[in-house]
This record gives sequence, C-alpha cells and structure tokens, in this order.
Amino acid sequence: MKHQYLHWSTALVAVDFALIVFALYLVFMWVPSAQEEAGGIAQRIFYFHVPSAFAAFLSFFLVFLGSILYLWKRDWKWDRLAVSAAEIGVVFTSLVLITGPIWAKTAWLKDKTGIWWEWDPRLTTTLVMFFIYIAYLLIRNYAGERAQGARFAAVVGIVGFLDVPIVFMAIRWWRTLHPEPVLESGGLPPSMLFTLVTSFTAVLLFFILLTWARVGLRRAQEDVEELRERIGR
Amino acid sequence: MDKFPFLFAAYAIIWAVILGFVLSIFQRQRRVSREIDALKEALREKEAE
Repeated sequence: MKHQYLHWSTALVAVDFALIVFALYLVFMWVPSAQEEAGGIAQRIFYFHVPSAFAAFLSFFLVFLGSILYLWKRDWKWDRLAVSAAEIGVVFTSLVLITGPIWAKTAWLKDKTGIWWEWDPRLTTTLVMFFIYIAYLLIRNYAGERAQGARFAAVVGIVGFLDVPIVFMAIRWWRTLHPEPVLESGGLPPSMLFTLVTSFTAVLLFFILLTWARVGLRRAQEDVEELRERIGR
Repeated sequence: MDKFPFLFAAYAIIWAVILGFVLSIFQRQRRVSREIDALKEALREKEAE
C-alpha cells in the first residue's frame, strides 16, 4: 500500500515537473509578447503571477474550511490541513506581492507608468491578506499550549478569510491600477490563453503536491510531540 | 526601456522562493525523521527497564 502511494506521488511529481518545464517553454519561447503598454516582454510575468494568486486564494479557503471543521469536530486532521495551507498560502502570496510590482514597473497602469507600488484597493487588501496569515502562523508558533494555539489560530483563519473575497472583488468594485480581469472579458488571444491554462495546471498540481507534503510533515511533527509526551521528555 | 531583466528577475525570484520552501520542507522532514528514530529508541529502552 505504502509502495503504491510512493509510486503515485513520484509519478505526480514527474508529471508536474514536465508541465512546469513545458509552461516555461511556452512563456519564454512560444507565446507572443503583449503590447508595450501592458509591459511588452515583461507581461509574461502574468503567466505565473495569476496562478500564484489563485493558489493563494485556494490555500486560504482551505485554512477557512480546516478552521471551521477543527472547531466543530475537534479533530487534529483539520487543524493539520489549516496550518499547512496557511504556510503555503503565505508563500504564494509573497510571490504575488513580489512579481506584481516588477510587472507594474514595466507597464502603463491607467495614466501612470514606471511605478512599483500604489496604495490602491487591490494591492492594499492583498498586503493585508499577507499580514493576516503571517499573524496566523505567528499565533501557531508562539501560543503556549497546542490546543489553545489551534483554537486561536482557527478563529483568525475564519475571520481573516473575510479579506479574501474583498481582494478578489477589489478590481470589480473599485477603480484600481491593477489590470481588469482579462479571463472574464474574454480578451486573451488563443496562444496566451493556452499558455495561461498550462501554467495554471502546472501551478495547481504543484500546489496539491506541496499541500500533501506539508500535511505529511505536520503529521510527523505531531508524532514527535506524542512520543515526547509518552517518554516524558 | 529593456524589459527582459524584469522578466528574468521575476522568474528567478519565483523559483528561488519555491526552491527555498521545498528545501525547507525536506529539511524539516529529515529532522523530524531523525527525532522520531531517537525517540523510538528511547521508548524501547524505557520499556525494557
């Protein structure tokens, strides 16, 4: 059974590695550059910027779900999922917060160009989201008792999720410097759409594998705590 | 304005961050495995006493 599980995970890692290489080939060698106002060649940052944002949203939804289920069922497996997803979400959000300004610097955003950052609704709420989940992880690390830390963090995981739909809707509700949602307007040419779908698939599979590995690590860390208690160390 | 350095920098940072995170998971997994082995050994000794 364990061998079969290993075969599956190895196969998935190999498939995802191939997908990532293919996506990078499409991004750097195949897809045409956008017009200069959209950043020209640097617009290709978009193909990993957008899937990273999606992976971050998905992570924080898992934190929300895991937190609710932990408080309801008091089963550690939900807490394990929540804490693992929070860490992964912070990593993907940091990628979004780094790559966004690099792309912004090269593009015309409404009537501005050459700027790294603007305190507009989308960017600000994304930064707030990042700090909410940093706080979540700090609570986990510094709470004295494990169950108490899990409870406090679960409350942050539920309340903090309120910011996620605001981040998502910010470009629809307010006039922001962030580009409008091109997928919904159908404004992407087929080659760009194909590249985006490929990188989306690669990042999504990578996200699943990361979550799998991180939950496994958390389970092993809990085993260590349990063994320590039994031995009295 | 030559924009390629921006593209290169963005992807270099993406892969550096991801590699760093994956390596941190591996490192923590290795440390936990070593700890589990040591604790199991300690438990065996304790039970044998």
